Amino acid sequence: MNIWADAVIILVVLVNLKVLGSSRLVACIRIVAFQGIILGMLPLLANAGGLTLRMLPAAAASTILKGVVFPWLLIRAVRESGARREVEPIVGYTTSLLAGIAMIGAALWMGHRLPPQALAGRSLVLPAAFFTVMVGLFMIVSRRQAIMQVLGYLVMENGIYTFGMAMSESQPLMVELGILLDVFMAVFVMGITIYHINREFDHIDTDQMSALKD
Amino acid sequence: MILALILLPAIAAMAAFIIRRDSLRRPLLLGAALAHSTGVIIAWRMCPLHQFADWLVLDHLAMLFLSITSTLFLAAALYAVGYLAREERTGHRDSEEGLLFSNAPEATFTGCLLLFLSTMTLVAASQHFGILWVAVEATTLASAPLIHFHRHHRSLEATWKYLLICSVGIAVALLGNFFLAASVSHGAGGRGPHEMSMTVQQLVVNTGGLDVTWLKAAFLLFLVGYGTKMGLAPLHTWLPDAHSEAPSVISALLSGALLNCAFLAILRVYSVMAAAGLASFCQGLFIAFGLLSMGFAAIFIIVQSDYKRMLAYSSVEHMGILALGIGVGGAASLGALLHTLNHSLTKAMLFLVAGNILAAYKTKSTTQVRGLLRTLPVSGVLWVAGFLAITGSPPFGPFLSELKILMAAMVNHVAAAITCLALLAIIFVAMARIVLPMAFGLRQTAEADGGGGIFSAAQTKGETILSVLSPAALGLAVLVLGLYVPADLSNVIEQAVHSLGVP
Repeated sequence: MNIWADAVIILVVLVNLKVLGSSRLVACIRIVAFQGIILGMLPLLANAGGLTLRMLPAAAASTILKGVVFPWLLIRAVRESGARREVEPIVGYTTSLLAGIAMIGAALWMGHRLPPQALAGRSLVLPAAFFTVMVGLFMIVSRRQAIMQVLGYLVMENGIYTFGMAMSESQPLMVELGILLDVFMAVFVMGITIYHINREFDHIDTDQMSALKD
Repeated sequence: MILALILLPAIAAMAAFIIRRDSLRRPLLLGAALAHSTGVIIAWRMCPLHQFADWLVLDHLAMLFLSITSTLFLAAALYAVGYLAREERTGHRDSEEGLLFSNAPEATFTGCLLLFLSTMTLVAASQHFGILWVAVEATTLASAPLIHFHRHHRSLEATWKYLLICSVGIAVALLGNFFLAASVSHGAGGRGPHEMSMTVQQLVVNTGGLDVTWLKAAFLLFLVGYGTKMGLAPLHTWLPDAHSEAPSVISALLSGALLNCAFLAILRVYSVMAAAGLASFCQGLFIAFGLLSMGFAAIFIIVQSDYKRMLAYSSVEHMGILALGIGVGGAASLGALLHTLNHSLTKAMLFLVAGNILAAYKTKSTTQVRGLLRTLPVSGVLWVAGFLAITGSPPFGPFLSELKILMAAMVNHVAAAITCLALLAIIFVAMARIVLPMAFGLRQTAEADGGGGIFSAAQTKGETILSVLSPAALGLAVLVLGLYVPADLSNVIEQAVHSLGVP
């Protein structure tokens, strides 16, 4: 683990806090895209042996998908839906940030409970991954707009990737590409659903979808 | 062979997207379903079947689940042909709010249905945890458009919840995958990750090289992740919405086949845990989740006013019973696997019958459906029989399997067994209060409930051969399984339990 990889991990954590405090929808999409790009770089930086041929396709596919394709799809969805450009959180920005700080604490605690040797010398990775996953979950439950929930899902996925990339040798390439394909399809299908939600409800606020309950 | 079983429905799906005429697409659906089940029968003769080293293996456990999926799909395809024809004829007015809606194109429906089969086959065959994850997520994506077949706001809401909750759940399972990998790379054996692949077989053989703390954490994540998809309470919240808003033929597949796929994924993880000597750690969790699911289901069935939601909660209940059976272990594991089969057949039949009721009465309200036995004689009989079967009354299959689980539980988990028995009794009474008045009582038709005036009795054509054939066949199978379990079947189930490696 070198200094660059540590820097990336710290950037990921900062990006999480930024996304919690941002009020503009499109800005959030860009921030998450940035997170995806730097995470795509992580396996190249984290591996001491330098660039291997095996890593290249997964890293490239992940960077292109998360940095270019997803933001393009989502920004298009925002434009076409004519949705309001504000995030409209259920939990306010300040409270979100405070919750974020609490989540960092929780992530550090959880990170220390597991035997760290598996990630030799990469002590930052585990808490950062936990934190990112928690931020993703928090975004899904605390934001109204369907697009923000998709972003939350992506942030969560990024968190899992932070963990996976740090030990990228454990998964065969085919599996990694399969996972990427699935994530891509998930965002694609969610995008189509958002399009339908927009047509049906004239908005993409999920808290107005409340017909189904017991 | 395995590849053929996976690719055949996928190719048929591509064809379904391309073909323009409905009259061609429906035979295609039926043909693909028939070909798939024929393939499964042939695969039985060659079991266990390997492909790509040990990445895709059809062992006894996989064959059991694959056969359930294939049977249900055949029944569903037969029903779907009649259903699609009916949907084409009738107007699309929402039964609850009177709004007009359209359906998704039939090409999308058939194509996604076939893709759904393909992905479920992949789940059954996957032995590599990464591929398993990819396959389970793919089932979510293939089935989401199916839930949104009726294009109105409630089905959309259900689809969104389904997509988001299941995707998040499965993302948690992905984290579980990485934890499992961490446990491998940091085993006591100190072997590098390259030397051990993440397949079930490799992991079971080399459990000595796994780190226990990471493994436990991985199991928790897997249980929560795949448990979301399986519908274990309190992670079941997507399930009633998706099951009630999807077309009934889809609900039948979701409940009978999809939930099983997630259950199978959990069983795969469990077999690794058992090999590592952590079975008792898992069993406690299984029992807790099982009883909790049954409790949630009981509460929501009591207050239910929508019969499709009632069936959905009943699925939550039965997933709880499955988890309980696996948790108790021993003979109860046999019971749980037998119950998987029984539940799938019974529940699929009930959902298909519910589709007939919905088509005739145009309401999902339990209080507005009366006189079912007179309006729809065959469906009415099947509805009552299905109710008796699903609540575990003799002489149907679920009775036998529930008995097996309970008897085993009585030996060493008395408290759990008694709680389970009490919950079963509550659910029996609650469902009887809903189902029996629907079946008996005076005849009523669509005109009686005001809003449906435009759709006169002329549309309530009653039953066609296609609409009752599938549920009747499934019902017959459930009855036969209650009277007589073929030696071959019990043999396979024993082998499957053996492959779990539970002491």
